[in-house]
Amino acid sequence: MLETELSGIKLRNPLVLAAGILGVTKESLRRVARDAGAVTTKSIGKKPRKGNPNPSIVAFEHGLINSVGLSNPGIDAVLSEFGRLDDLEVPVIMSIFARKKEELAEVAAKAEKLNPAMIEIDMSCPVFEYEGMPWDNPKTTEEIVRSVKKAIKRPLAVKLSPNTARIGEVALGAERGGADVITAVNTLPGMIINPEAGLPVLSNRTGGVSGPALKPIAIRAVYEIYEKVSIPIIGVGGVTTGRDAVEMLMAGASAVGVGSAVYYRGVEAFAKIKEEMEEWMRSNNVRNLKDIRGLAHRR
Amino acid sequence: MSGISRTSGGLPTGGKMEHLLTLKSSLPVMRRVIKRKEEAEGIFTLFIEGSIDFSPGQFVFIWLPGVEEKPFTISYINSGSENYFGVTVQVVGNFTERLSRVKAGDLIGVRGPLGRGFSTSSKGPFLIVNGGVGAASTAILAEELINRGEDVDIIIGARNKRLLIYTERFKAEICTDDGSRGRKGFVTEIADEMMGKKHYSRVYTCGPEKMMDALLRITEKHGVELEASVERYMSCGFGICGKCMLNDRLVCLDGPVFNSKQLNELADFGMFRLDKTGARIRI
Repeated sequence: MLETELSGIKLRNPLVLAAGILGVTKESLRRVARDAGAVTTKSIGKKPRKGNPNPSIVAFEHGLINSVGLSNPGIDAVLSEFGRLDDLEVPVIMSIFARKKEELAEVAAKAEKLNPAMIEIDMSCPVFEYEGMPWDNPKTTEEIVRSVKKAIKRPLAVKLSPNTARIGEVALGAERGGADVITAVNTLPGMIINPEAGLPVLSNRTGGVSGPALKPIAIRAVYEIYEKVSIPIIGVGGVTTGRDAVEMLMAGASAVGVGSAVYYRGVEAFAKIKEEMEEWMRSNNVRNLKDIRGLAHRR
Repeated sequence: MSGISRTSGGLPTGGKMEHLLTLKSSLPVMRRVIKRKEEAEGIFTLFIEGSIDFSPGQFVFIWLPGVEEKPFTISYINSGSENYFGVTVQVVGNFTERLSRVKAGDLIGVRGPLGRGFSTSSKGPFLIVNGGVGAASTAILAEELINRGEDVDIIIGARNKRLLIYTERFKAEICTDDGSRGRKGFVTEIADEMMGKKHYSRVYTCGPEKMMDALLRITEKHGVELEASVERYMSCGFGICGKCMLNDRLVCLDGPVFNSKQLNELADFGMFRLDKTGARIRI
């Protein structure tokens, strides 16, 4: 009932653990893998990074905001710690980032040694030193994607930022560069100020907004990307219930990222959302996800 | 986590559709420090105005705006004519040094309480084993159990007499590594002896992880259940960043208190922890 596919990779259900949530260790991925359709690792870069000082993640009234700052042990440590990524219950997407284009291809090539089902690159990470703001530039996105794609054999997902007025064009750039999947969206820049302290709450001052506040923004982004590209989309942003997931599929997603929902509903969020989707499908006589994918585009 | 309130939706074909109504937030709230107490050398307590819905073993994040945020347990609660609670802090680095300069009247941020604390349901006798500033984690537990009329034995230990805390607050067996006050030796040795003389229904502990790991083996020898408060580096405190993973458990959400059965399943307990980068390193 819930089976779906991403560039030849079969998923038993469309729920994908989003990058940066839990996935620090293989054991944590395994815990989520009990109910998810696929899991994404925390983003891994070339060298170890401690990330930003706390507070680096808090929950406000409508979602979460984080400036975790890409803390990670570095690709070499991850190679020995994870060993391989093809021995979990579900496909594993390996998320990577880098400061420079060449570095990204290098990390991607190393990441492939772990046998992930797919590699995902972060097109809007805050440590980018690329010229031309790739998250807002179809051409730079295309170049970066092409250089990474050349370095690997596995399917490549490109994660886009909602912080652009032309996300459809940027997605098209990624597709032209050879992307196999679009992941949309990353968090949206934001800030929370504590009035009594008179200072931003996050030590980094700004952070990325996720959770329910991001959902309509993500839905609109996926909707626009679906109109532009023919490769599958992992829709990410604020999905917390089964109905949210249905909404994301109707916007055009083939799979649905789940992240901040783990705060609201625990790791059980995956099992709960899955159940709610099935229930919704039964009561609306929908037998197959294909029947609702992109449904909202009809006029 | 029950941060979600839901109700039936209104669409005609909806079945049992669900909507989010309210979302639980987790933001620091600025609270006033009303007094400060020196507990031992480099160890002090800040008393913070207001009430807090806290169960023993849980923790709060203390935020110094512009500096950092770190987790601490609540070590005192006073409710009555004057509502306040306390956090006991040992100066170990930049943050705690800055915290040590906070004065009565200053505002500090408090986020929480978070986590799962000690279970207090069964009947005593109980033994509480404290290593160093770990006594802060079990202090309210001890008070609750004593006030309930339970038979509670307490061991307080530290490296030397200058680092002992709460020795006036509780009637306790005292020991120091160097013998400068109380008995010379480790809390684990005294705990072993006491368990040999009296059958406890549960042992509670907080202290250095190697000490707690040793105590786990001692309690097993005596056939007594242990509950230990474990420390890990953490960021969110609500189970999503994954920085505090201890094997497949989240210390912030599943813990920080774990029982014997859980501790035995956690292969890394007493052995490994994740550093700030997420790399697994030896304790």
